[in-house]
Amino acid sequence: MTGTIFNIPFLAVAALVGIALYIIISQRNLIKLVMGIVILESGVNLFLITLGYREAGIAPIYTNAPEGVMVLPIPQALTLTSIVIGVATTALMLSMIMLIYRHSGDIDSEKSRKMKG
Amino acid sequence: MRKTAAVISLGIIIAILIATALLIHPFGHPPSQMDDYIIENTQSETGANNAVTSVVFDYRGFDTLGEATILFTAVTGVVMLFRRKKEKTPGYDV
Amino acid sequence: MMSKIVRTISNLLTPLILIFGLYVIMHGHLTPGGGFQGGAVFASGIALLIVAFGSYNIQKKLKEHHFSILESSGAMIFIGLAFGGIATVFFYNFLVGSPLFGHIPPPGSNPGDIWTAGIIPLMNIAVGLKVIAGLSVIVLVMALASSKIEIEE
Repeated sequence: MTGTIFNIPFLAVAALVGIALYIIISQRNLIKLVMGIVILESGVNLFLITLGYREAGIAPIYTNAPEGVMVLPIPQALTLTSIVIGVATTALMLSMIMLIYRHSGDIDSEKSRKMKG
Repeated sequence: MRKTAAVISLGIIIAILIATALLIHPFGHPPSQMDDYIIENTQSETGANNAVTSVVFDYRGFDTLGEATILFTAVTGVVMLFRRKKEKTPGYDV
Repeated sequence: MMSKIVRTISNLLTPLILIFGLYVIMHGHLTPGGGFQGGAVFASGIALLIVAFGSYNIQKKLKEHHFSILESSGAMIFIGLAFGGIATVFFYNFLVGSPLFGHIPPPGSNPGDIWTAGIIPLMNIAVGLKVIAGLSVIVLVMALASSKIEIEE
């Protein structure tokens, strides 16, 4: 069951993950590193949602529902958990960056590397 | 030396991702058996109109317990990082 | 603390945002929404208050230990409801068929009835309290810490 060249959402996920990995490898500023990690999490959430789309589908809710087949509800539940985990990770990373700036006065990852005091 | 190794491994990973995106099932026709059971039997077993909420809280409630624990741990970590030993005099606002 | 126009508009908008957040939490089993989504809307209303009035003025009224009590009670209610149906399995929906939240909706498309879905509305309220307290404490503590950085230098 192979795919076609028209799997455009999956190619968009590949582009997002590739850009995010390039940012994480090559940036030295700590805030830009956190932005790369957030883009990686957004790519993974997009992949989970587009796994469960049915052609011409409606939302899986029975309240005043129109006619049609329903999309799959399980990937949406997994994406909900993943978004909350992303918020928790981002909050902890930004708090640690604020403490690094207060301790060593610089948010360049090469200059604030040596431990002192 | 480290730069070339990083760029080569990044190229391999992006090639694997693009190959996966072209060889996965066609977009719009997912192979699913468990989701058909859930869509059929949500209203008779749980009594909820919303299939996503019944999956999150009834069929897979244990994952929601783990997620609530993660949120609690993150809030504890953030509050612990900004503790001071004694009260400082407040000044200007944000 | 921002100018008088910003403070007046945020005084008018904040009750509407908080009531909409509680609506999304309570109707989680009928429309799209639930505990996590409604809790995020409520916490963004609190963030609007912090931006408009300054974190020091908000910290005089909403202290951290109030939010700690809310979050712990949300977690206790969640685990208590999960242990309620321990006679069958863990997380068993023991309220379907009983007079409290126990109606069963007719199959197919129907206008929703709020007294359905067993223990799911109660678990929505518990998770909503937890998310409200958690996200509000994160925003308040980071706003307080960044304002004191400006004083030290």
